[in-house]
Parts: sequence; structure tokens; C-alpha cells
Amino acid sequence: MLDYAILFVSGVLGIALVMNLARLLMGPNAPDRILALDTMCINSIALILVYGMHSGSPLYFEAALLIAMLGFVSSVAFAKYRLRGDIIE
Amino acid sequence: MMSVEFELAITLLLVIGGIFIFIGSFGLLRLPDFYTRLHAPTKATTVGLGSILLCSMLTTFATEGRVSISELLITLFLVITAPVVAHILAKVAMHHKVPMVKHTQYPERVDTARMQQPPVNPSSTKLDS
Amino acid sequence: MTRIFPQPFHTILLTVVWLLLNNSMSPGHILLGVALGIVIPILCQPLRIPQPKVVKPLKLIPYVFIVIKDIIVANIEVAILVLGPMKRIQPGFIAYPLDLKEDLPITLLASTITMTPGTCSCELTQDKQFLYIHVLHMPANEQQLIDYIKVHYEGRVREIFGC
Repeated sequence: MLDYAILFVSGVLGIALVMNLARLLMGPNAPDRILALDTMCINSIALILVYGMHSGSPLYFEAALLIAMLGFVSSVAFAKYRLRGDIIE
Repeated sequence: MMSVEFELAITLLLVIGGIFIFIGSFGLLRLPDFYTRLHAPTKATTVGLGSILLCSMLTTFATEGRVSISELLITLFLVITAPVVAHILAKVAMHHKVPMVKHTQYPERVDTARMQQPPVNPSSTKLDS
Repeated sequence: MTRIFPQPFHTILLTVVWLLLNNSMSPGHILLGVALGIVIPILCQPLRIPQPKVVKPLKLIPYVFIVIKDIIVANIEVAILVLGPMKRIQPGFIAYPLDLKEDLPITLLASTITMTPGTCSCELTQDKQFLYIHVLHMPANEQQLIDYIKVHYEGRVREIFGC
């Protein structure tokens, strides 16, 4: 039963990532694109975790944690750049 | 081995998490302007991811008998960082004068907010528009 | 004592996070975690901005549970709004008059507001008098929402920090 649920959720997350990609390409403004990238990061963390559950390996959590940290820092750096035109003040 | 009820609960948690993340991304695609779009992903994805992480933790506990706490760390980290990203993106949107939907109430407050000044008409006095 | 442990809470937090990251309780990791927990706060001491102390830490626990409950309710509400017709959504800005004065309590309040029902904190005025909040679905009377935030969140945050 859990295996089918994992398959279902992987599919759903894939569709969600495609929708984020659509917003990333369409997005009329820069903040929209940054938001889409940030959401993509969170969705890919979920996808990695679901894959980790499927394969039963604890290695994937490290990857998920790394993506969470890099995603946050890169979103803030992008936003800061759009806000001031400079990352380090 | 897992009992049937436990497995059902885990499956339900996983599916709920997946659906919430899907709704968050759907909202990102569907909502009309940037400020409303900001709401869907920051909220829905955090809870969706939280329930998936909880499910993963319970699965590890059920199959291997050890408590894996690193998932909690990811949840905690995301709960702390998601509002920061939302806040700084709202700042960027105000700075760039991103268009709003027509029926937004009190749009003039964006102008005072961009200058970090108090509003012209504070909320306490009711305004009939 | 205060020179070795400038921030005792941070020492404990760093040790616990180190153990969580390694997912182990072996003596070697505990030793390394404690060493990092002592060295990092000493190195970071000059960078520190003075913040108000948490007066009643136990009040944090009911606050966290209330916020978690609100987050779950908020998700269901936002999900219904997202799936429903777009014309029904009435977005708007409110200017929330703040009673808090310090940075850390305002950060906690703003983060809580962003995580809960259809609200997202956008900007703080320079004199820290008003917090601009974007609301996904404005109620008929905005005073209602302000009162809700004031009673549910700001009152509790003030109790925690005792100001």
C-alpha cells in the first residue's frame, strides 16, 4: 500500500514541479521567478525524501538538508540583488 | 513489521502532504497577482513538506526500529526560513511596484510601505470606499 | 563563568543541532559538539546585538501548539481559496499598529503572521509603529483581523518576552 502511495506522491510532485517551471518561464516579474525557484527547491526536497523512503537509504536526508540550506541562501541572495542591485552592502 | 492501521496512517499522511504541495504549486500558477501568489507556496508547501517528513520519520522507525531525528531538523529549518523568504520577496515586489489585481483594498498603502512610513489612513478608522 | 559561556542557551542549542546533524549519541560526537558549542559563541560575541531576554520560556510551548493548529487551519482555508473561483478572493493591505518595540519579538510576531491564516507580513515602518500585512481574503471589517492578531499572537509574544 505504501509503495503505491509513494508512486502516487512522486507523480503529484512531478506535476507540481512542472507547474513551478511554467511559472518560472511565464512569470511577468523578477519576484515571481524568484518565488517559483524557491518553491521548486522545496518541492525537490520533498521529491528527494520520497525517493529516500522508496529506496530505504538514509543518505538522501543529507542531500535534502543541503538543498534546503542552499535554496534559502540563494533565494535571499537573488532577492537582495533585486532589492539593492548589490548582494553585499 | 508494520500493522495495517499504522501503515494506513502513514500512507494517509504521505498522500495529504503530496496533495498540499500540489495545491501550493497550483496556487502559484493560478492566483492572479504576485502578492496573492506569495501566500500559496509559503504556507502549503511548508505543511505539505512537514507531513512528508513526519511520514518518513515514522517509516524509518517502523521498518528499522531507530528514531531518525534529522527530519525534524529540516522541518525546523524550513519553518524558520520560509517567512524570511516571503518577507524579503514582498519587499522586492514593493520596491519594483509589481502590479496588483484591481479589487485589492487599500492599494495606496503600498506607497507608504515602500517608504517605510506610517499609513495615511490607519486601519483603526474605518474608510468607506 | 560568563566569559566561558557568554550564551548558555546557544551552547546547548549548538550541541543538540550537532548531534541531530550526525544522528548519533556516541561520546566522540558529544565531546566535539560541546567543544563547538563553547567556541562558536565566544567567537560570535562581538557580533552580537543586545536583545530582550525570554522571560517566561514555558509560555512558548502553548504558543507553539496554538500556532501549529492555526497553520493547519490556514492551510485548509488557503487550499479552498486557491481551488475556488478567483473572483471570490478579496486581497488587501492592512497596517497593523504594533505594541512591541524590540526587534526579536517583532521578528517572532512577523514570522508567525506569515505562517498563519491568509496573512503575510510585508514591511515594517521605520519607527516600528506599523506592520504592513497583505491579506489574501479581507474580512468585511479589518478591525476584526487586527483584534484577532492582537489577542492571539501579540498578547502571547508580549507575555513571553515580558514587555
